[in-house]
Amino acid sequence: MSGADIYRELILDYYRNPRNFGKLEKFDIDARDTNPLCGDEIEMQIRVGEGHKIEDIKFVGKGCAISQASASMLTELAKGKQLDWVKQVAKEDIFKMLGNPDLGPSRVKCALLGMKVLKTGVYGYLGAHYEDPDGSDPMA
Amino acid sequence: MLKTEVLDVAKVRSDFPILKRTVHGKRLVYLDNSNTTQKPKAVIDALVDFYSKHNSNVHRAVYALAEEATEAYEGARQKAARFVGSRAKELVFVRGTTEATNLVRFAWGEKNVKKGDLLVTTLMEHHSNIVPWQLLAKSRGATLKFVGLQPDGTLDMGSFETLLKESPRLVAVTHCSNVLGTINDVAKICAKARSAGATTLVDGAQSVPHMPVDIKSVGSSFYAFSGHKMLGPTGIGALVAKKELLEEMEPFHGGGEMIKEVFLDHSTWNEVPYKFEAGTVNVADAVGLGAAIDYLTVLGMAKVREHEVRLLEYALQTLGEVRGFHQYGPEDLKRRAGVISFNYADVHPHDLATVLDEEGIAIRSGHHCAQPLMRWLDVTATSRASFHVYNSYDDVDALKAGLQKAGAIFKI
Repeated sequence: MSGADIYRELILDYYRNPRNFGKLEKFDIDARDTNPLCGDEIEMQIRVGEGHKIEDIKFVGKGCAISQASASMLTELAKGKQLDWVKQVAKEDIFKMLGNPDLGPSRVKCALLGMKVLKTGVYGYLGAHYEDPDGSDPMA
Repeated sequence: MLKTEVLDVAKVRSDFPILKRTVHGKRLVYLDNSNTTQKPKAVIDALVDFYSKHNSNVHRAVYALAEEATEAYEGARQKAARFVGSRAKELVFVRGTTEATNLVRFAWGEKNVKKGDLLVTTLMEHHSNIVPWQLLAKSRGATLKFVGLQPDGTLDMGSFETLLKESPRLVAVTHCSNVLGTINDVAKICAKARSAGATTLVDGAQSVPHMPVDIKSVGSSFYAFSGHKMLGPTGIGALVAKKELLEEMEPFHGGGEMIKEVFLDHSTWNEVPYKFEAGTVNVADAVGLGAAIDYLTVLGMAKVREHEVRLLEYALQTLGEVRGFHQYGPEDLKRRAGVISFNYADVHPHDLATVLDEEGIAIRSGHHCAQPLMRWLDVTATSRASFHVYNSYDDVDALKAGLQKAGAIFKI
C-alpha cells in the first residue's frame, strides 16, 4: 500500500469530522506547534484532573488530512489516561492508530505533529523539556 | 479550444533526459517549474565537458587550462548579461536570487540605510525579498512597510503611492509573483520610486526564465535572478546593477579574488564585479547557465512566453471545468505568467500532491515561501502548477485527470 491508498475511510472521516475539535474553557496545558515545511498547525489543550489524569483534551488546527486526523485520533486515545501514558507513546503507536499507512518520509511529520504537541505540553507541565531532535523519533 | 503549438514541444521534450523516466510507473508530468526547472542535455553536457576538459580555477593562473576556464566563465557572464540587456561588468555571479538580495542587504544596505529610514516591499514577495529587509531594518533601526494587493492579485498602486510620500530609502519588488503569477509593471514602479529618491531592487527569479526581460527598460538599481529556474544548474544566479552603484558599495564577503592589494592593516578592492565574488567562484555552474541561455535563446524568449500563455489559457479553462477547483491570480493573462495556484474543494494541497504524485504528476503544495501572501489569501496553503518549455497540453489533461482521481478518493 502506498501513495493515495493512505486516504482511507478512517482518515477521511476524522479529517472531515474531527473529534475533540475546539478549545477548553479551563485548561492546565496549552501547547502549539507547526510543521514549517508545509505549514500544518496543531494546538492542544488539556485539563488535568486528580492523579495526573487527562480529564479533558481538545485540539484546533489547520492542515492536511493526515495531520488533522492523527491529532484528533490521538486526543481520543489520550482522554482519561494518566499523563505518564503520554511519555510512553511512540511513533509506532501513531502509525498503528492510523492503520499503518505507508506514509513515506515526506508525510511522516504530518502524522507525528499531534504527538509532538501533546508531548511538548505534557512534558512542560511535568517540569521536563521535550526534545524532538529530528522531528520524527522523539522517544529515541 | 484550439491546441496550437508555438514551440515544437515534442522536440523540446526529447532534449530533456529526465522526461524519459517514469514515476510510480507513470509518465513524469513535471509541473513545478516555478520551484526549479529540469535541465536539457546541452546543459548537462556543458557541465561534463567543463569538468572533463577545462577544469581549473579562474583568473589566477597562466597555464592553458586556467585560461580556458577563465574564458568559459567570463563568456558565461557575457551571455547572461546580454540575455537580460545588461553588460558583463555590471553582472555579479551569485548563488541565486536569495544570495543577491542578501548581498544588497549587506553591501548596500548596511552602508546606506540610516536609523528611521523606510524600506518598502510588497505583500506578494517570496521570503527572499522580505526577510533580508526585515534583518536590515532591525540592524539599522529602519522601518519596513508593505505595498498591499487588489482583490484581483495585482499590486495596490494607491498604497504604493502613499508609501512613496514617506520617501523610502529602498523599494524592493518582484517582477513576477511565484504564487499568483502576477507580472508587475516594474518599469513604472521603478520610475516612480526613483522620482521619490528610492533605490530599487527587482526580484526577477520568476520573470527572466519565462519572458523577454530588458533590465535597462526596467530601470531598477538592482535586478536579481536564479539560474536553476531557467534550465540552468543550481547554485548559480546573478545580481545586476550599474557599475557606479557597485563601485560605491562595500564588499559582501572578504577573501581571495575580491581584493586588489592586502596589507596587514587594510585592503583595497578588486574592480567590479570581482569585488563581490570572493573565494573560488562557481565556474562549472556558470558555464552550465551559459548553455541554458544558449538553449533558451535558440527557442526565443518571446516564443517561450507565448507558449506558456497558451498553456495557461488552456489550463485555466480545462481545470476550471472540475467542480471544486478554485484558482488564485489575475484573470488578465497579459499580466500573468504560466503559474496556477489553486485549491480543490476541501482537499488539503499536501494530500492532493500525494495523490497526484501517485500519477507521476509533480506539483508544489504549501506556502511557496510566501507566508504573508498566504495570509492575505486567507489560506494556509495552495497547490501550484507552473509551466516551462517542455510542458504540453497533455500535461494539463493529465493534471485534470489527477484532480478527478483525487475527487473520487476524497468523495468530492
